[in-house]
Amino acid sequence: MSDLRTELKQSIIEQLNLEELSIEEIDNDDSLFGDGLGLDSIDALELIVLLEKDYGIKLTDPNQGKEIFISINKMAEYIESHRTK
Amino acid sequence: MSRAIYITGIGAISAQTEESIFSEKPVIYNSNIFQAISPNFKEYIPAMALRRMSKAIKMGLTAGKIALQDANVELPAAIITGTGEGCKQDTEKFLESMLAQEEELLTPTSFIQSTHNTVGGQIALNLKCTGYNLTYSQENASLESALIDAILLLKEKLSMNSVLVGGVDEISKKITSFGNLNGFLKQGKIDNLGLFSQRSRGTITSEGAFFFNLTTEYNENCYAKIKAVSNFNTDSSSVEISEKIIDFLSRNGLKLKDLDIFFLGKNGDLEQDKIYEELQISIFAESCQLAYKHLAGDFNTVSGFAIWLSCLILKKQEIPAILKLNTVSSTKPKNILIYNFSSNSNHSLILLQKP
Repeated sequence: MSDLRTELKQSIIEQLNLEELSIEEIDNDDSLFGDGLGLDSIDALELIVLLEKDYGIKLTDPNQGKEIFISINKMAEYIESHRTK
Repeated sequence: MSRAIYITGIGAISAQTEESIFSEKPVIYNSNIFQAISPNFKEYIPAMALRRMSKAIKMGLTAGKIALQDANVELPAAIITGTGEGCKQDTEKFLESMLAQEEELLTPTSFIQSTHNTVGGQIALNLKCTGYNLTYSQENASLESALIDAILLLKEKLSMNSVLVGGVDEISKKITSFGNLNGFLKQGKIDNLGLFSQRSRGTITSEGAFFFNLTTEYNENCYAKIKAVSNFNTDSSSVEISEKIIDFLSRNGLKLKDLDIFFLGKNGDLEQDKIYEELQISIFAESCQLAYKHLAGDFNTVSGFAIWLSCLILKKQEIPAILKLNTVSSTKPKNILIYNFSSNSNHSLILLQKP
């Protein structure tokens, strides 16, 4: 389970060009948007693509992202229950 | 009534620095492709915005902000950008993803930022400038086209008092290296300072961003007055070009003898430089002749480097020896003509004057 969270942090750092952050600096419960990592709407689009590319999860309604992309823990929980690869 | 237009702020990022040139210690490169020297971009751009910017965007935004700071302007009325090839790094990234992922599941960032007007847009976003914003892409006349638009704006809209105008182009891994295949670049390693003595085909290339704050209001910090900018785009002999230059000067109340400095866009290509060399020994034989592409490489908006250098020369009243092509001196430079072209097309003339 923790491997998925580490993998997610690594993917987010690479995909969203957050090279100045390390995996250790991202807490599993940190907010991804707003006061946490400070991601924005373009990042949300990148995360939607990441879910589909890496885990076979296709979000048909972009608003779903608001509930899934809250934190690493929330993302990992969603991926564990919906992944197709 | 025609209003005078002044350059009151300058910002440049290139393969050289002001110090390296004016201390006569130019940076030496041994490659036909070399990168611009990056300042600390974090001093100008928030880290969260910086993370997804390619070099062109970082350079353009930073050079623009340096020019505005230099002019003591917080918010320009307009932003006009010239770029020959736009944001090539993001274009390559996007195209590579398309190929690797068979046109599916493409991430948006590189596509959004691959367009030519990304730099102008990012400057506007950063400054929160909602004014006129336009990007010109016309090969090596891109910056000159942007300058012409800026001049027209300032002359026609009396309420406009500050226009940020500049040019930017970046190196990218694949597209820039195509110059090795089509003859644009010299083959093998070359010392940039030996560019004009090698007598072979091709040139060297690099990247950079050059931004200027233009205004109609004179102040004691002005670098130069932009007298005129002109483009012509026809195959021409050196005789025809001479006639065009004389006519251009005449329209601006000057004669050849009034020119203190002739800044040439020579790029070391044996064929292309023939026209420059014919001008050097004919109408400009008595002028102080300067070159700049051996220092900054040749790319579409590199004439901005010549404008930036001209501003510094006019301000300091000092001509670095590393720029000189002949022994004619100019102790009190006042009028500078910058002439550039590529492959006998997109000829451009920029006339600057000490304010």
